[in-house]
Amino acid sequence: MVILLLLLTLVVFILFSLLPADPARLTCGKGCTPAVLEANRHKLGLDLPVIQQYWEFMKGLFVGRIYAADSPDPVVCNAPCLGYSFKRGEEVLVLIKDRLPATIWLALGAFILWLAAGISVGVYAALRRGRWQDKTVMGISLAGYSLPSFFLGLMAIFFIVIRLQLLPYPSYVSPFENPIQFFQTMLLPWIVLAILYAAFYMRLTRNQMLEVLGEDYIRTARAKGLPERIVIRKHALRAGLTPIVTAAGLDLAGLLGGAIITESIFSLPGLGSLAVNSVNDADLPVIVGITLVTATFIIVANLIVDLLYAVIDPRVRLVS
Amino acid sequence: MLALELAVADGPATPVANEVASRSLRQIVWARLRRDKLAMICLLTLIFLYLLAIFAPLICDLLGVDPYSFDKESISDSGGGPVGPWGGISTEHPLGVEWGTGRDIFAQLLYGLRISLLIATTATILTVCFGTVLGIVSGYARGKTDAVIGRIMDLILAFPFLLIILALSGVLTQRLTQLGVPDGNPSRILYLIIVLSIFGWPYLARIVRGQVLSVREREFVESSVAMGASRFRILFKEILPNLWAPILVYATLTLPTYIGTEAALSFLGVGVLPPDTSFGGMLGNSVSYFSVVPSYLFIPGTVLVVLVVTFNLVGDAVRDALDPRAGRV
Repeated sequence: MVILLLLLTLVVFILFSLLPADPARLTCGKGCTPAVLEANRHKLGLDLPVIQQYWEFMKGLFVGRIYAADSPDPVVCNAPCLGYSFKRGEEVLVLIKDRLPATIWLALGAFILWLAAGISVGVYAALRRGRWQDKTVMGISLAGYSLPSFFLGLMAIFFIVIRLQLLPYPSYVSPFENPIQFFQTMLLPWIVLAILYAAFYMRLTRNQMLEVLGEDYIRTARAKGLPERIVIRKHALRAGLTPIVTAAGLDLAGLLGGAIITESIFSLPGLGSLAVNSVNDADLPVIVGITLVTATFIIVANLIVDLLYAVIDPRVRLVS
Repeated sequence: MLALELAVADGPATPVANEVASRSLRQIVWARLRRDKLAMICLLTLIFLYLLAIFAPLICDLLGVDPYSFDKESISDSGGGPVGPWGGISTEHPLGVEWGTGRDIFAQLLYGLRISLLIATTATILTVCFGTVLGIVSGYARGKTDAVIGRIMDLILAFPFLLIILALSGVLTQRLTQLGVPDGNPSRILYLIIVLSIFGWPYLARIVRGQVLSVREREFVESSVAMGASRFRILFKEILPNLWAPILVYATLTLPTYIGTEAALSFLGVGVLPPDTSFGGMLGNSVSYFSVVPSYLFIPGTVLVVLVVTFNLVGDAVRDALDPRAGRV
């Protein structure tokens, strides 16, 4: 786990400092003079040997670092320093912290919606296997996960915001500032994301339930005379939940790293749109920072999911 | 995709538990697929779409449209908007014209289809190659090799797919250009193919590895080891034929994902540059105009959805046909 995280920083570092032909060139843009280029190179520490660059980068993560210490105006980046964006004149971590709330609200809202919809509809379809209800649900699910997110999002804006004018054009505010506008803005992104993910969870839940419902212990539970409701909820669903938890954990972690497309369509100021903007501006430190943060989310989510297994499924217990 | 279909049809016959009249796996699967009407319709649609893509220049010539030439007649002088309803649909331009330039939408769609299919198909083939080879090697070798490949896979899977492709785009296309790939669209297309395959193979490799772990314990592997077969022969002639089912299913379901990813990336501006275009690019352009000309949004969007749904339906059908638990033919 820790090793994986360390490896991760190394890989991210290698990807973004060795692959670009000249990282300093990227900071400089068009009409760049050699003098500015050299100054930037020195400021970012890109004139150091690669190993020392990595060392500086890692040191920055733990104790902070100072860019251009020998120049008249050094830039201090406090620990944990993910880097400094000279384009935006801001520490990367600060930028990420600013953008994180919108992303978290988006991810959490959508997560609750899609889990609720996906699991309940999936169980419903499994219980009516082969009948028209099951077929309808599977059809909807296929359509749902075949729809590209940006097409669905744009259609939602077109019909609901522009044509029917049911909601105002999305513009993000913090829920503590103006809860009504917050909900009006977030409703569509939540629904769009939830549809996309729920489609997959319906399928997963249905298949999982069908598998579990064929097990002997379900027959035993029914033979004991347990009410069907309890058989489904306590015996079948709980056993079938494991892969759903895995998928849910990873999907949530992925979303916390920014729902890139949904955020840019609904112009939400989250990590995803920050990433897109930084790519367009070739703002390397920000890109590195976001990649690192997101990948860390995913690795941590992996760990949490593993631990949750033991809670959900008593057959999986940690060996002590 | 086509190549993969053929792989089922003419691929190495796989030994399978026999019924009275022995039929190879491919015969069984093909018979099942043929009875699935929806799947056959989708398969034909796909072949049709591939033909459209391959013969795009010919079709455009026949209809007298082309994706690059500007048509000042078809757009208004003042705002640059298309003349006529629904984005300027006319006999000359069957699906309307682009805002500001008057370039034909139908021709752009065909050329976009070309690029989407080219990227998705090539990336799928590469993904399948990497995934299969590394999965087989890691499952058969076990021990240290397995551990190393496993760690690499964990690491790759820890990266958010879309973000990393987006993040590396500027950096890597530049590198490719330096390596001698022509600047602009060739290097952008090559970049997409490379990253899609590099960040896609671990998913397949995991599945393949799991299968190999059980296949390698079977007697026929043991007997070929005893007969002194080379490692290469054991891996690719003995074990590989037993893995076609999961690989094929994975490939048919990955292709539509890649089409979607490519469209998403073009939508975000990482894909091909004008004057070339792809579905995502067209949808990205539509954002500024679709409140006035909704057809900009709906035409490429619908084609994209049809493409992805058809691929998914075929993938589902192939999986059902290969599933040993499904009802026998």
